[in-house]
Amino acid sequence: MIKVENLSVNYGAVQALRDVSFTAKTGVITAVLGANGAGKTSLLRSMSGLVKIANGSITIEDAHTVMVDGHPQSAVESHELRGMKTEDIARLGVGHVPEGRGVIAEFTVEENLRLGALSSKVNLAEGLARQFEQFPVLGERRKQYASTLSGGERQMLAMARALIAEPKVLLLDEPSLGLAPLVTADMMATIRQLCESQGLTVILVEQNAKSALRIAHDAVVLHIGSVVAAADAATVAADDQLRHYYLGLVQE
Amino acid sequence: MIALLASLDSFLSSRIMTDLFYGLALGVIYALVALSLVIIWQSTHVLNFAQGAMATFATFVGMTQLDRGLNWWVCFAIAILFGFLFGGFTERVLIRPLYGKPEINPIVVMVGLLGLLEAIGQTFWSSSTRNYPAPFSQDYWQLHGRLVALSAWVIFEFFLAVVIMVSILILFQFTNIGLRLRAAALAPEVARLLGVRVNRMLTLGWMIASAVGTIAAIIVTAGTGGLNVNVMDAFFVSGFIAAAIGGLDSPVGAVIGGIVLGVTTDFVRDYWSGNAAQLTPLVALLVVLMIRPEGLFSKSTTRRV
Repeated sequence: MIKVENLSVNYGAVQALRDVSFTAKTGVITAVLGANGAGKTSLLRSMSGLVKIANGSITIEDAHTVMVDGHPQSAVESHELRGMKTEDIARLGVGHVPEGRGVIAEFTVEENLRLGALSSKVNLAEGLARQFEQFPVLGERRKQYASTLSGGERQMLAMARALIAEPKVLLLDEPSLGLAPLVTADMMATIRQLCESQGLTVILVEQNAKSALRIAHDAVVLHIGSVVAAADAATVAADDQLRHYYLGLVQE
Repeated sequence: MIALLASLDSFLSSRIMTDLFYGLALGVIYALVALSLVIIWQSTHVLNFAQGAMATFATFVGMTQLDRGLNWWVCFAIAILFGFLFGGFTERVLIRPLYGKPEINPIVVMVGLLGLLEAIGQTFWSSSTRNYPAPFSQDYWQLHGRLVALSAWVIFEFFLAVVIMVSILILFQFTNIGLRLRAAALAPEVARLLGVRVNRMLTLGWMIASAVGTIAAIIVTAGTGGLNVNVMDAFFVSGFIAAAIGGLDSPVGAVIGGIVLGVTTDFVRDYWSGNAAQLTPLVALLVVLMIRPEGLFSKSTTRRV
C-alpha cells in the first residue's frame, strides 16, 4: 500500500502538484488520470525520488506475516520515501516504468532484463524464464538489441524489466503511449492479470482514460496539480461531470 | 631450413617490419591514452584534459619509490593504485559538483587541474627529466647481425597493452559491474530506477580510466624515455586525436584509432620526413572530421563536443 499525503511539488515558481492525497491499495490498480500538465508524471517521479518533494509525505506500507512465539501475526513495515535516493527506493521494491519506456536501446533484450534483476535477490535464470513465459516474444528476441523492437515490444520489455525484480509496487507511466488500440487492450489485460496474480500495488498513469478505467479498481483524477476526484473506478467512470470536464470522454 | 630462417631474419629486419614495430610500440600508447579518454567520455561526458598530467603524477608517486629501494613491480603497482584512487578522487571532488552545468565548466576545471598538477610536480620532483630503469632489456634484438626493432621491453609493452584491452572489454561487456557501468553511462535515470548506484559507477569509470592512463605513462617513461612533468602532453594530444578518429564513445574505435595512427605516423616519418610525420595525426583528424564527424566507429548520430 502507498499512502500519499498532502504532497506538493514545485518546479521553480510553478506548482506541479499541490496538496495531493490518496491511497493506493495492495493488490489493486489505481489509475491516475488527467489531461496534459495535470501533474501525473510529476506524481510518479516524486514517488521514485526523481523530483524533489516540497511538502507532504509518501509512505509505502508492506504488510507481511511474522511468527511470534509460534503464532502467525501480521506486521506492517513502513518506509517514508521522501528524501530517499531513487536507487534505494527501487531496491525497496518499487518498480517504475517511465514515460517513453526507457528501455536501453544499445542493450540487448537480455541485457535490459539482467540489469533489472541485478539489484534484487532474484535468481537471474529463474527470473528470465518467468518473464519469457509471460512475454514469449521477448524470449524469441533475447539476443536482439532493444533498438530493433517495435513500440509494443519495447513496452513489454520495460514492464518485464521492472517485474523481473519482483517489485511490490509497480508505477506505470503512460504504457499506452504510441501504441495501436489493439496492442493497448492487450497491454491493459496483461497489467490486470499481473496485478491479480502477484498481489502488486499498481499505480497506472494514463491519458487514455477509457482503457485505463476499464481495468482499474480505483481512480484518482488530477487537474492542474490537484486531486478533483478519488474514488473507485466505476464511480469515476459513471460521473458525467468528471468525464466531460477532466477526462475528455464524451457521452456515447 | 637454414634458408627459411635466413629469409625470416631478413623479413623481420626489413624496412617495412621495422616501421611496423616502431609504429605499433607508439600506437599502443596512443591506444591506451585514447581508451582512458573514451571511458571517461562515455561515463560522464567530460573530456579529461588533465589525463596526461594525472597519469604522469601517478607515475611520479609510484616510480620515485624506487629511490627508497622498493622493487620495480611494487612501485608499478603503487603507481597504478594511486592512479586508480586519484581518478576517483577527481571525479568525486572536482567533477561531480559540475554535473548538469554547462559543458565548458568541467573542461575549464580539468585544464586548471592540468596546470596545477604540473606545477606541483615541478615543486616536488623538479622539472628536469629523470630516468628510472625498465624491468626488461630495451636493447633491440640482433638476428645474425641484422637489427630487428623489437626488444624484451617492447614485447612486454605489447603484452601489457593487450591484457589491459582484453580485460576492459571483458569487464564492460561480460560482467555485472560492466552492465551497471554501461547503464549508468547510457541512461543514468533509468539505471537509478532499476536500483543501480549510478554515482558509484561514474566514480568507478574515472578510476579505471585513470589507472589505464597511468599504465600508458609508465610505458612511455620507463627506461630510455625518462620521466618529467610534461612528458605526456604530446601523447595526450595524439591519444585524443586517436579517440576522435575512432569515435569518442567507442572503446574499440579508440584502440584501433590509436594503433593505426601510431603505425601511419611512423611510416610517414620513415618514407617521407619527420616534419610530415608530425602533421600526420592532424591531417588524419581533419579528414575524419570531414567525412564522418562522429568518428569512424561511433554508433551515435550526434556528437556533443
